[in-house]
Amino acid sequence: MKILKYLLVGFVFGIVLTKSEAVSWYRIYEMFQFQSFHMYGIIMVAIGTGIIGIQIIKRRKVKDIKGLSIEIADKESGSIRYWVGGIFFGLGWALVGSCPGPIFILLGAGFWSILIVLFGALLGTYIYGVFKDKLPH
Amino acid sequence: MEIIFQTWPWYVSGFLIGMIMLCLIYFGKTFGMSSNLRSMCSIMGAGKRTAFFDFDWKEQRWNLVVVVGAMLGGFVAVHFMSSPSNVDINPKTIAQLAQLGIDAPNGKLVPDALFGTPVFQSPKGILILLIGGILIGFGTRYAGGCTSGHAISGLSNLQVPSLKAVIGFFIGGLIMAYFIFPLIF
Repeated sequence: MKILKYLLVGFVFGIVLTKSEAVSWYRIYEMFQFQSFHMYGIIMVAIGTGIIGIQIIKRRKVKDIKGLSIEIADKESGSIRYWVGGIFFGLGWALVGSCPGPIFILLGAGFWSILIVLFGALLGTYIYGVFKDKLPH
Repeated sequence: MEIIFQTWPWYVSGFLIGMIMLCLIYFGKTFGMSSNLRSMCSIMGAGKRTAFFDFDWKEQRWNLVVVVGAMLGGFVAVHFMSSPSNVDINPKTIAQLAQLGIDAPNGKLVPDALFGTPVFQSPKGILILLIGGILIGFGTRYAGGCTSGHAISGLSNLQVPSLKAVIGFFIGGLIMAYFIFPLIF
């Protein structure tokens, strides 16, 4: 049961991202060409929902499923890693039209060529791990 | 029944994605997909040579289960909930893509020009997907998150570092879309 709830969350996530077409290369291309509101709408409503939800959690001191208080860790402060890392990811996102979530979703749906993207993403993650201490953060 | 096959509107989809993130917070976790790539590197033994991958990935098992669920969700949505009316993008975008030699969606999620099976026999095609993947893997780990971890989780929690990362995502994306992509195709 413990693990099943994560499977269910993932299942809903996979369906929503596919049915909203956020996994579609075309939708990402269209977004970067500013030719549709669709993707911007999805991202903005998701963030809006999240902001309201997190404010409720913080102000009402909502407990988590185990009854523990919810602590949402702040992101580490810094600049270079966010700007430069962000730009690298953006270049890849616009080229192959998928971020990490959709890579897995498309693979599950049977788009086998996405395996090449997944292999590249693992390689890229590994390269970061190797050079981490030499990179400015 | 129509709603199952149609493209889900942005306000429904965005709300559900926000709820998924909140759901994981309620479970005491955080919503972020790219960290799974790090776990996978560790599972394959990268921790023996590189300290960054020498961590207890079993702590992250729940997130790998989310990935398995997402794959199943993708399978069900594509095979049982699709219609040829899907991916109804802007006709201007279609015309623009035609000029680059990229096929129109007609219900498909991804273009054959980039993702069709013949890509396995094309060195250029393989290289595009591979380089795209490397940029995604390297960039997300360097920035410490992707669309889910920074754009959704981070911005929902009003994190300035996430705002920098998301602006970076769009700078990179626009450079690719306007300057590099037209050179490749």
